[in-house]
This record gives sequence, C-alpha cells and structure tokens, in this order.
Amino acid sequence: MRFFCLLGLSLLFAGVSKPAMALEVPQYQGYVTDLAGMISQAERQKLEQTLLAFERSDSTQIAVLTIPSLEGDSLEDFSIRTVDTWKIGQKGKDNGVLLLVSKNDRKIRIEVGQGLEGVLTDLLTGRIVDQIISPRFKAGELDQGFEAGISAIISGARGEFKGTGSSRRETRKNEQSSLFNYLIFFAILVGFLGRLSKPVGALTGAVLLPLFAFLGVSSPLGWLLLLLLIPGGALLGLLLPILFANAGRGGGMYMGGGGFGSGSSGFGGFGGGGFGGGGASGSW
Amino acid sequence: MQRFLVLVSFVLLAVGLSGCGYNTIQQNDEGVIAAWGDVEASYQRRADLIPNLVEAVKAYAAHEKETLTAVTEARAKVGTMQVGAEVINNPKAFAKFQETQGGLSSALSRLMVVVERYPDLKANQNFLDFQHQLEGTENRINVARVRYNDAVRIFNTSIRTFPNNLTNNLMLQLPRREAFKAEEGTAKAPTVKF
Repeated sequence: MRFFCLLGLSLLFAGVSKPAMALEVPQYQGYVTDLAGMISQAERQKLEQTLLAFERSDSTQIAVLTIPSLEGDSLEDFSIRTVDTWKIGQKGKDNGVLLLVSKNDRKIRIEVGQGLEGVLTDLLTGRIVDQIISPRFKAGELDQGFEAGISAIISGARGEFKGTGSSRRETRKNEQSSLFNYLIFFAILVGFLGRLSKPVGALTGAVLLPLFAFLGVSSPLGWLLLLLLIPGGALLGLLLPILFANAGRGGGMYMGGGGFGSGSSGFGGFGGGGFGGGGASGSW
Repeated sequence: MQRFLVLVSFVLLAVGLSGCGYNTIQQNDEGVIAAWGDVEASYQRRADLIPNLVEAVKAYAAHEKETLTAVTEARAKVGTMQVGAEVINNPKAFAKFQETQGGLSSALSRLMVVVERYPDLKANQNFLDFQHQLEGTENRINVARVRYNDAVRIFNTSIRTFPNNLTNNLMLQLPRREAFKAEEGTAKAPTVKF
C-alpha cells in the first residue's frame, strides 16, 4: 500500500517543468551550421572536410555556428547553452570547440571544452578572435575569416593534445546500465528464492518486477503498465528458477553484449564533451 | 529457514533504502560538493590573475591609485577567507564568501571603467591579453555559479520531497544548501554620465 502511495506522490512531483530558456538552441546540421548564411557553399564543404579530417586524426571536434541575431540574449549565455546541448567533443576527454558568430550583433565567440583549456587558453582564443577572425570580417572577407580562424583553432588545439583518433560515442549509457543492473539483480534473486519454494518465487517476482521497473527507468511509467508487470513478475518468478536449474546443468547462460561500431564515413554527431565556460569573445 | 529470513530482510532493507531516496540524496549531495569545487576553483583563478593585471595597469595609469588600491585590498580580503566544502554547510560563511567575492567584482569593474580613459593602455597587447583572461575567468565563474545553483536546487528538492525528507530527517540530517543570489547592484542598471 505504501508503495502505491509513494508512486502517486512521485507522479505528483514529476510534472514540474524546466524553466523557460531565452533564445532557443538550434539543431546542428553537421560541423558547420550556417543559419545566418555567412559561408559560401564551396567554403562550407571545405570546412566540413577539414573538420572531419581533424576529428579523424585527433578526435577533437570543432563546430561552427552562425546565427542571424542573439535577440537580446547574452553571447556567453547562449554559447554555453549551445555547447551544453550539442555536447561537442568526446565524452571523458571534453575536447570540443565551438566557433559562434552572431551576424547582426557582429559578435564572435570561441567556446573551448574543458579538456582543451590547457592549450586553447582564453589568451590564445582571444588572440585568434582579435587578430585573425575580426580583421578579415571587418574587411568583408567572411569565408577567409572562417577558414583562417578554424585553421588557427586547429593548430592551437594540436599544441599538446594528441587524441586516439577513435570517435566512439556512448548514448544514455547510465540509464541503460542502471536498468540492466536491476534486472540482473532481479533475475538472480527471484531465481534463488524460487528454488526454495514456488509461491515465494512467484510472490517476490510479482512485487519486485514492478518495483525495479519503477526504480530503474528514470521516466515515470504509467500505473497501468506497472500493474501489468505484477502478473508478469509472478510468471517470471515461476519460470526463472526452472531456467536457472537447467542452466546450472547446461553450463551457464550466455550474456553477449557487443559494442556498437562507428564505421560511418561522414559526420556522426557530437560525442558528449563537457564545457566550463572557457574561451574568449570579441566583435568586429 | 533462519538464513532465508536474514536474506529476505537484507534485500528488503536495500530496496527500502533506495526507495526512500537514501542513495539519491547522497548522489545529489556529492553533486553539490563537486559543483562547489568548480566555483571555488574559478574564483581562485580570478584571484591569481589580479596581481599581474594591477601591474599592467599601473604602468600606464599610475595616478589611478585609489582604484588600484581598492582592487588590491579586495583581493587581499579574498585571500584570507575560509575555503573548502565547510563553507556550503554554513549559511553565514556562505554569505561572507559571496559578499567578499562581490566586493572584488565591483572593485574590478570600477578598474575596467577607469581603464577606458587610457587609449595607450587599451592598445597594449599585454593588457588586451589580460582583458581576455579576465573576461574568460568571469565567464567561468558565472558558469560555475549557475551549475552550483542547479545542483543545489536538485539537492534541496531531493531532501524536501516525500519520502526522502523522512530519510534525511531520521538518518542523514543534511542541511538545506544556499544558492547564489544575484549580486547587489546588478538588479539596477548602471547610470551613464557623459
């Protein structure tokens, strides 16, 4: 009974919504997301190729985003929200960089991932903005500004960061593994108890399967689904001990878990890098 | 039979505890402490930057003594302050931290206004580099504060909602954490005189 009370209360609190954001973070279209139309088609392809080759060799991910206007939002604020959403860079290495340009505000920012802050310091990125990108933008040479800026960022990032070259991405691994742990725990427990006595196994199965489903999945499940899991759990409570008994004789169960490869030929999305506000801003 | 009962009660205890949010509270508490570490690190970064910045400005604007002294004094105050995770468990120490760092922020922003009057200084590459570093550091502080506030919000929610509040009151007894407030003076727009 207490469990249902608990469930009801947690559903009550699940409806709390997130605070509204200012300027919405756009969806990325690849390494280069040119929403302001500042980059020519040829230059865009060239940049995409350079950035792809750079990710292949160093695993560092660099993204370019141009927006028409910040609509009154602060540049740094929008920039950190973008990189937090896009998650540029490899997970664990945090080696992502974003070059953000707002056309009408005439503002430039290089946002540097935490793993690159040692090489792409605020000082260095500030110089790239002031001395390399800004003067070319002022002269109206937009394509050259992007090209020179990106190549400066690349040589800056090469300073000491030599990645492994692989770019495997892990998606939502935490949630999956948490549910997986619960399921393994469930199977072992129910299998063990069910071998002692059938009703005990069925009972624990009926109670624990909905409970673990509730704990293991972060998004709240519906009442009905949880109720449906009760007979399912009872059934498993009867079946698992038999399965375990057979497996014990047969030589163990095989639990295969293959990794997912990354044989894609082009841009494969960003990888989960973290940012801490490093980088520099400027204007032209 | 006895072994069986022990096993069942052990399992029920484990399930019961995680159902009551014991683990969640602990995780969120660690989250707050980690976020606080970033806040302190970014403030420390700013404090380390100041002596060099003051030197660079002095070379061009030596007679802005008052402003420079204010920055140096505010910096010294920050240096003597208590640091570490104890600060966030003590609302008084936390308020003091915020006040002292806020003092340094306002002294620094006054210095940056004064600097506008010296075109030579503004054109100096050395100073431009410092300016980028200072801006970057202020931005890091901002990001770290926002993340700390998020962690605090999650933590405070987790110790106030049922049934976690029972777990916390009976077993953990962790205090509610304070979030950063907007700095004094930022609420009203600065007056500009020509």
